[in-house]
Amino acid sequence: MSVNRLFRVGSVAVASLGVLALSACGSDPEPAGSSSPDSSTSSAGAECPKGTLNAEGSSAQKNAIEEVISKYNEKCADVTVNYNPTGSGAGIKQFNASQVDFAGSDSALKPDEMTAATKRCAGNAAVDLPMVIGPVAIAYNVDGVTKLVLDGPTAAKIFQGTIKTWNDPAIAKLNAGVTLPSAPISVFFRSDESGTTENFTKYLKAAGGGAWTGEPAKKWTGTGAGKEKSAGVAEGVKSSKNSITYVEWSYAVDNKLGVAQIETGSGTPIELSADSAGKALAAAKPAGTGSDLALKLDYATKAPGAYPIILVTYEIACTKGLPAEKTALVKSFLSYFVSKDGQASLTDLNYAPLPAEIQTKVEAAIQAIS
Amino acid sequence: MSSPDGTAPPDRPDGTAAEEPKIEDLVHEDAGTTPQFGGLASEHADHEAAQPAAEVMTESGVEAAGTTATTETDGKLDLGPVGHLGDRLFGGLARGSGGLVVLIVAFVGIFLLALAIPALVDDKSNFLFSRIWEPGGDQPRFGIAALFYTTVISSIIAMLIAVPIAIGVALFVTYYAPKRLAAPVAHAVDLLAAVPSIIYGLWGILFFAPILRPVINGLSTALGWIPLFEKPPGDNVGVVFTASVVLAIMILPVVTAISREIFAQTPTTHREGALALGATRWEMIRLSVLPYGRSGVVSASMLGLGRALGETVAVLIILSVPNGNDPWNSSIFAGGETFASKIANNAAEFDSPEKTGAYIAAGLVLFVVTFLVNSAARIIVDRSTPGTKRPRRNRRTRAAEGASA
Amino acid sequence: MTAIAENTPAYDGKVLDLTGKSGARAFKNTLATVLIVLAFAVAMIPLLWILWTVVSKGYHLLLSADWWSQSQRGITVRRAGGGAYHAIMGTLIMALITALVAVPIAILGAVYLVEYGKGTRAAKVVSFMIDILTGVPSIVAALFVYAVWITVFGFNRVGFAVSLSLVLLMLPVVLRSTEEMLKLVPDELREASYALGVPKWKTILKVVVPTAFGGIITGVMLGLARVMGETAPLLILVGYSKNINLNPFNGFMGALPTMINQDRTELALPNAADRVWAAALTLILLVLALNLLARLIARFSTIKSK
Repeated sequence: MSVNRLFRVGSVAVASLGVLALSACGSDPEPAGSSSPDSSTSSAGAECPKGTLNAEGSSAQKNAIEEVISKYNEKCADVTVNYNPTGSGAGIKQFNASQVDFAGSDSALKPDEMTAATKRCAGNAAVDLPMVIGPVAIAYNVDGVTKLVLDGPTAAKIFQGTIKTWNDPAIAKLNAGVTLPSAPISVFFRSDESGTTENFTKYLKAAGGGAWTGEPAKKWTGTGAGKEKSAGVAEGVKSSKNSITYVEWSYAVDNKLGVAQIETGSGTPIELSADSAGKALAAAKPAGTGSDLALKLDYATKAPGAYPIILVTYEIACTKGLPAEKTALVKSFLSYFVSKDGQASLTDLNYAPLPAEIQTKVEAAIQAIS
Repeated sequence: MSSPDGTAPPDRPDGTAAEEPKIEDLVHEDAGTTPQFGGLASEHADHEAAQPAAEVMTESGVEAAGTTATTETDGKLDLGPVGHLGDRLFGGLARGSGGLVVLIVAFVGIFLLALAIPALVDDKSNFLFSRIWEPGGDQPRFGIAALFYTTVISSIIAMLIAVPIAIGVALFVTYYAPKRLAAPVAHAVDLLAAVPSIIYGLWGILFFAPILRPVINGLSTALGWIPLFEKPPGDNVGVVFTASVVLAIMILPVVTAISREIFAQTPTTHREGALALGATRWEMIRLSVLPYGRSGVVSASMLGLGRALGETVAVLIILSVPNGNDPWNSSIFAGGETFASKIANNAAEFDSPEKTGAYIAAGLVLFVVTFLVNSAARIIVDRSTPGTKRPRRNRRTRAAEGASA
Repeated sequence: MTAIAENTPAYDGKVLDLTGKSGARAFKNTLATVLIVLAFAVAMIPLLWILWTVVSKGYHLLLSADWWSQSQRGITVRRAGGGAYHAIMGTLIMALITALVAVPIAILGAVYLVEYGKGTRAAKVVSFMIDILTGVPSIVAALFVYAVWITVFGFNRVGFAVSLSLVLLMLPVVLRSTEEMLKLVPDELREASYALGVPKWKTILKVVVPTAFGGIITGVMLGLARVMGETAPLLILVGYSKNINLNPFNGFMGALPTMINQDRTELALPNAADRVWAAALTLILLVLALNLLARLIARFSTIKSK
């Protein structure tokens, strides 16, 4: 009897959960902004495959790829694209372990990673496709300071910890007419290993005139207090007076933080904008071999109007070797990502679109995937 | 307690024979106790506005047993080989589960050790006493001293805050609160165990840390001469103290919920006895409820501690991480990293087995710490209740009753 | 008087002096009452504060039917709309699998410790192992399952792998609390049952476990509440998907904690912030619903003794 009762109790529990599970059959929301899905489907040039595409990697491109996926689904409703912003390293690791179909990364594949990626692609090379330009802002929170100008050496000294107060002569010299407090500068850095840190320290090294003593790396070697992820450093600066950090532009804007202008030596301090970030990328040189499109950025660029601290996020995909249906999905999605439509949606999100020249190269590289 | 005490009758075929003397005892006791039990309970209900749920539970248990007795003696029960077979099956299942737990833990342990050992062998610095953490690369150097310190100090503070309060809340709910208030409060506390830790973290950094700032400033000004409370330079958001308080709030529901259930189970006879002899409510609790629930409260606290030591996301969100250049600071008003937050913060970048191994080795240390604390707590409990963890009352009660009769 | 002293196990043989100065005793009693009420008040402030934060910031999204029936497909962090259906289902499915595996092992294991193995060396080993398991942080459990499931077996990351790691976290919670509850079942009940010739297994199933049922349910619910709110294993063992996937053996899967995790980095954006608190509230309500269900079951199974 009691055993029966226990069984009954168990089955009731299971049944109730089952009912709970099945009572409401879920659905996907209507695509936003697609008033006439038929017309948009018919206007689509590329054919739409069916299936699921899984990707993982850089959190710096999360907002961009999310937006593009959303737009892409208005066109190709039968494709499901999942992107997990766990970090560049995780993305490459999962890609090499065949857990995802492509990876997002803030830096191009390193030689040993390329070896592993080639193995994963059944002996074919993997390709780095630059897809999104994410400018990195030097964000600050100082009462009464609405405009702050920094140059490479000063920024390097602040983040190295050799400049300790806001009214340091070096800062004051660049900001004539601005009342700077005598308070100590609190620096926040990314406590997780991140591509943003790597790109920012590359800038400090290249433009700092020797003031930055560490080597550029994903792990922070300067001064300050560490916070987790971009959200953490942005929140840190927001909630502490007289603080400064480096963070993706969108976080600085969303959290309403001040963004420093950069004096590159071109004559006028450069304000961060989609346009000025795009100009810096145009100055970049290709670093990859063959169809690989890895870029070498010039962080010390003095090109007029170019904002030097940018981060290029790549999609890493197999050139060959994926199952046919996955290949079709990867090609279809990435083609849309790099297309004018795909790139156009990024400016609103505080990313910079790819310059036309690079865009053409990437399009060609995606078409070559088979 | 072994079988002679009557807890565990031998599951041998000759079990009936072995039990015989006890049946007499029990019948005798039954005749004496049961009505008394009920009588006291109803009296208690008259006198006390707050009738804890425990009573209902214990009574219904007795009723269940009583019902069992009547139905089973109607001849449905086979006293012979059925019980034997059933016992073999059920006992086997229970033993199997026990064995499975051992196997699982052994497997986890061996597997993790296998992952950690190669990294430990490569470690170029002292794993236990170094504060550097640079795993991976050609010259991996990593040590757990700083992680260990932050993990342990934050958990100790969390336990110091949470356990007394949790016991207070559990006592309040079981023996102080008006019945109408007790049930909703109990449910509210249970509900809080369901708040995901990530939310505790977000709430902690967004809403609680600003409130705690003046407290931290005050404490560090007043007690700053002690290194533990020293005021470090820089910001005081995300310090160890804040994380500890949030951890305390987080484990409070867990410890409270289990303690509450334990306290509620204190036999009515114990409590009634104390009250009947003129004990005040507090004396009743001190003499019957607390000793009875001691082992359970320790278990509950250990579960809470396990959660505090191993908490990942909440700590990760709250704590500021000191940079590698500043000198190490032992103050609880400085930032830091715990084992779990360090592992979680870097999990995305485990790109080589050596690196992964270093973090897993850190995780293993966390096991050992938790285990040592657990063992220490159990030894303390066993010491303070000599003989056995379970109150030994049956024979004594009987003896007392026999004497009085 | 002596009887009380003897009956009370931990009272070290000292006899309580109930004839002492009543003023001092009354004062102690009042002091204790004040402290206990104070503890309660102190505990309630942050707890109610957290609940209030979550409820007040999250409730309005929950009022729409879309929240309960739609996924987040195509909804970016900046946009409003969509629902949490995918995440609710993911959380329920993974929790159900976890519970189905962990609860029987935990309860039987506790029965073993209290009823069968008590005092034996084997039971001590089991108890020791559970203590160790209590100390496994979620992230390490997740790394372990990752190493076995993906590195050794070469499977993909799926919801089931998450459940496996959650079993490691749920097992000690349920086992320990069940063990404590079983220990507290008065021996009279067992003895009365044995005296009537009821075999041990039946005594356990019909007398011991039902008597402790309320407590066992509390333990199971605490365990479920813990694993349903875990984030780390989800991050490592399954990708988050904004789309509906009800198959725990294939593909990425949404879950409420990872849904919170996705949007928590964008708290500066009002739509994302709304979703964070709403998803947290949903998770709390889910656990509450399971709790109520379990209490109902407990009530039916303990009071209705026939």
